[in-house]
Amino acid sequence: MTPHGNPIWALISTFGLMSLFAVGGAAAAVPEMHRIAVEVHHWMSEKQFADAYAISQLSPGPNVLIVTLIGYSVADIPGALAATLAMCLPTALLAYSVSRLLNRSTRSRWPAIIQAALVPLSIGLMAASALILAQATDKNLVALLLTGVVAVAAFATRMNPLWLLLAGGILGFAGVV
Amino acid sequence: MSLAGFGGVLVFARHAIVDQHRWMTAEEFNETFALCHFLPGPNIVNLSMVFGSRLRGIAGGVAAFAGLLGPPTLIMTALAMLYAHFGELEPLRRGLAGVSCAAVGLLIAVVVRMMMPLLKSRDAIALVLMLGVLAAIGVMRWPLQTVLLVAIPLSIAVTFALRRKVAA
Repeated sequence: MTPHGNPIWALISTFGLMSLFAVGGAAAAVPEMHRIAVEVHHWMSEKQFADAYAISQLSPGPNVLIVTLIGYSVADIPGALAATLAMCLPTALLAYSVSRLLNRSTRSRWPAIIQAALVPLSIGLMAASALILAQATDKNLVALLLTGVVAVAAFATRMNPLWLLLAGGILGFAGVV
Repeated sequence: MSLAGFGGVLVFARHAIVDQHRWMTAEEFNETFALCHFLPGPNIVNLSMVFGSRLRGIAGGVAAFAGLLGPPTLIMTALAMLYAHFGELEPLRRGLAGVSCAAVGLLIAVVVRMMMPLLKSRDAIALVLMLGVLAAIGVMRWPLQTVLLVAIPLSIAVTFALRRKVAA
């Protein structure tokens, strides 16, 4: 909880602003969510953040819904709803207006250039997500090994990711990690 | 309209929109998705709004948006409540730790897959930009806005200059 001010407003302004900078989707925004939730506001511990990411990967629906979990930890159900809407609605409305605009005007080559320019940036952001989450989760050698094995398995095969997540859960449950 | 799917909504959404209901052709879908990918924010959520509004105007957009987000948000809220109550129980804690490790592994695999085209084309500038963002955000932990306000104009300028050179 924040010591002063309404936490709902903090959630709305934080995620509303963040969503406009989430170039490359939800995974790219994870480092910023971590910075705000763990380092700046102390809404969650390192461990809770890693758990929230795991739950959001395990659950149906867009992965961006990790914000629902962050919002809930700050201000229960109102927080969960406020964070979700703040993260999703502004950019959805932006997408709506831009798509209407593009339908009317003739196509230029600018969208292609901007898109090509954003690709390396969003990969860099996702790599940063992986690094930050790895630091929060891979506390011992076995955990690091599990992460490595899953990475290789997911890269080399077309296995459904859900099986790998479940395998990780079972290994953890069995006390291996 | 609920498009909730496990592991990746996109595949599921594409199947429902293009194959099952034939609301859009494959080309229309790709074009719409490219647009939503290039705009900020969660891609699939943007897609729901654009897609819905193409069919039925703003009301359709809002309906698709609510349909996509509503059920999973409720599920997530329920999970958050469960986690708040039972998150400290030892077996669950251990299980989640294992899932976390696997989730990070999956993310690494996605990042490496996305990097492959850059590595193959030996696109040095793109790789430097990528590493720069990784270092600034992942290692230095600088705020996203600050980093992107520098990186986006820089990247666009470089890309534009390179394309002009290729065209000339």
